[in-house]
Amino acid sequence: MKGNEAIAEAAIRAGADAYFGYPITPQSEILEYLMAANPHERTGMVVLQAESEVAAINMVYGGAGCGKKVMTSSSSPGISLKQEGISYIAGAQLPCLIVNVVRGGPGLGTIQPAQSDYFQAVKGGGHGDYHLIVLAPASVQEMADFVELAFDLAFKYRNPAMILSDGAIGQMMEKVYLKPQKQRSTEVPAWATTGKTKERERNIITSLDLDPYAQEQHLLRLQEKYREIERNEVRFEEIMVDDAEFLLVAYGTSARVCQKTLQLARAEGIKAGLLRPITLYPFPYERIRSLASHMKIIVSVEMSMGQMVEDVKLAVNGQVPVYHFGRMGGVITEPEEVLEYLKTKI
Amino acid sequence: MKTAEGLKDIIKPENLVYRKSSLITDKPFSYCPGCGHGTTHRIIAEVIEEENLAENTIGVCPVGCSVLMYDFLDLDIQQAAHGRAPAVATAIKRLMPEKFVFTYQGDGDLAAIGTSETIHACNRGENILIVFINNGIYGMTGGQMAPTTLEGMKSSTSPYGRDVKMMGNPLKMTELVAMLPGTCYVTRQSVHTPAAVRKAKKAIKKAVGYQKKGMGTCFIEIVSNCPSGWKMTPVESNKWMEENMFAYYKPGDLKVPAESDADAENKNEQ
Amino acid sequence: MTEEIIIAGFGGQGVLSMGKIIAYSGLMQDMEVSWMPSYGPEMRGGTANVTVIISSERISSPILRRFDTAIILNQQSLDKFENSVKPGGILIYDGNGITRHPVRKDITIYRIDAAEEASRMKSQKTFNMIVLGGYLKIKPLISIENVVKGLKKSLPERHHKLIPENEAALKRGMEIIRRLN
Ligand SMILES: Cc1ncc(C[n+]2csc(CCOP(=O)(O)OP(=O)(O)O)c2C)c(N)n1
Repeated sequence: MKGNEAIAEAAIRAGADAYFGYPITPQSEILEYLMAANPHERTGMVVLQAESEVAAINMVYGGAGCGKKVMTSSSSPGISLKQEGISYIAGAQLPCLIVNVVRGGPGLGTIQPAQSDYFQAVKGGGHGDYHLIVLAPASVQEMADFVELAFDLAFKYRNPAMILSDGAIGQMMEKVYLKPQKQRSTEVPAWATTGKTKERERNIITSLDLDPYAQEQHLLRLQEKYREIERNEVRFEEIMVDDAEFLLVAYGTSARVCQKTLQLARAEGIKAGLLRPITLYPFPYERIRSLASHMKIIVSVEMSMGQMVEDVKLAVNGQVPVYHFGRMGGVITEPEEVLEYLKTKI
Repeated sequence: MKTAEGLKDIIKPENLVYRKSSLITDKPFSYCPGCGHGTTHRIIAEVIEEENLAENTIGVCPVGCSVLMYDFLDLDIQQAAHGRAPAVATAIKRLMPEKFVFTYQGDGDLAAIGTSETIHACNRGENILIVFINNGIYGMTGGQMAPTTLEGMKSSTSPYGRDVKMMGNPLKMTELVAMLPGTCYVTRQSVHTPAAVRKAKKAIKKAVGYQKKGMGTCFIEIVSNCPSGWKMTPVESNKWMEENMFAYYKPGDLKVPAESDADAENKNEQ
Repeated sequence: MTEEIIIAGFGGQGVLSMGKIIAYSGLMQDMEVSWMPSYGPEMRGGTANVTVIISSERISSPILRRFDTAIILNQQSLDKFENSVKPGGILIYDGNGITRHPVRKDITIYRIDAAEEASRMKSQKTFNMIVLGGYLKIKPLISIENVVKGLKKSLPERHHKLIPENEAALKRGMEIIRRLN
């Protein structure tokens, strides 16, 4: 199954209530799969092709405001278009899932895979003080698994969650184990707009507070939530780090590439290890900080001009040299290149 | 098969019935065989050449199969974000009113993501030409449903056929913009036969004239085929288009300026 | 065991689907698989390629520079990938339309004239299965039964009647592949 298809099937099985999207390569299979799979008959899930990404994200806002499990997916230019809506969703504290199957940019760029939307995903993207919970799958299996995880986290914290994937994992086929079908939830969160009954105050979904002091209080509550997420939800994987002298840090497709680099390096007696952040927000600062003291150098490997490397540097805080390596513009880094680069730094 | 020598015999000046417009570059079209985009590019180039407008033309191409129009037409062209060509063209025309400005857009671009830009440019009566290629499908991204996809028509996001209850009705953008006072010339054409090509070319020529006179937005829909997206041979797709697309998207003029209007504008100019 | 394969040729030659069948067959044999295509609006006559990995272990990078096996179906792909075969690896190519043949001495080179054979068998669509048959003769990593199972999984139901024709093509491929060095 392709990564994109795995996301779609996993969404149906996770009991998602709705998907709204607009075609864009390399993620159109998500909408195509959902349309062909007839989820409306299977679970009652609504699938709609919107007239634009702007429309799609605002449909998500509406659905999420009703307390439903809703999602959208797109690729880089489309995610840029959605940013205003994403900011509103974060401000209004609505849970939802946004999938970005990243392609190279800026602009129309290329339809080939890249990891150049890291800043956009973890540092805001839209306007205002907010964070998305960002998950970075490195296999088709994780594309499927992270759908449910993302929904769970989104609802736990009333916060939008993003799966930050890329064209390689979206288009790639691998073996995948799918979870059994879950019933769509009938539970309605207390804050959802479902029609005011006599029993409760009216529910309002908004990100607006014209009184600056009240707005500040709202933002402080958001900050408290982000600190809690940072305490509880950091996820990462470590490969061969115990005896490592050289640490690679990479997520998603680059992490897969680096696993091969490790094999090649170890075969030559070079003690390389890999730390793979699974959550990009919250980022595993603490873990990287403590690993740094045992390393000679650290290389952040990304298919971008070097974005995550800034967070790695923040974590390392000058203890050891930190470098960036990676190809851009839709060129996928090859395992050998990473090793060749590493050797120039040893 | 003819040898190269044999061909030379045939290509004598007196035998020449067709010459490629000098505004078409030597870059091979990226369009699939039989697609209407290529022919439409050609007639736009021919009109601009015949009207001697090349130095005063700015084109705006969309995101879609024709995103690379700037590779094929030897003109100044801006490539707009998906759906935003009319907004881009608005600014160009307002800043350089003496230029001939046109957009070239597919149905996903113009009638889905860019509906708002299209309607508002037409409603403001921007003095631009909008060429709208309606092939009833998203060609570039691999055959997804467009707003113009016919009822019951299959696409990769309407694999069981477009169900209008779930997915809405095929959108007649051309009828819509014809209602707006800002448009002066609204017509629906096609390029699937030599006669149709001649008519479509004439329509573009008229639009050039109206734009010169500052009469408002000209909107030319070209009902087109998409052999790859429709999964047909070019011949089959043209036949299917005549039988199905034309029944819903009827070719012909929807709005033409009264002769007197055109003349009045003429006089004002003089 | 890990086998890293690149299959490359023109779009429309069945490059991606051949890769898919290998991947599905690997699955049937309980192996780890990955299938990584070149993607995009491939123009007719454009090139297409796919990296397929089958392995008894967890697969690391789905993107590779060097391959154990290259299955090459046109000249551009031969030019591009001949040097990507690991020393000691194998290269299988269809001679149709090839003017510059492979020259490497440190790999084993096989030729399979599948395009010619497919038109002789009046079965153009099974061209890629002839090639696949040839490959399986050289590297019997997966059994014909599992390929047929893989086919059933990757072909839509309405095409299942074509499976016997495909099986015949596989067998024919096994017969006509020949070693050149
Ligand atoms: C913001 C954004 N969303 C989606 C896309 C992906 N995309 C590229 S072309 C296209 C549709 C093109 O269809 P149409 O306008 O009908 O033109 P055609 O290709 O059929 O000529 C889409 C959705 C994009 N490039 N940018």
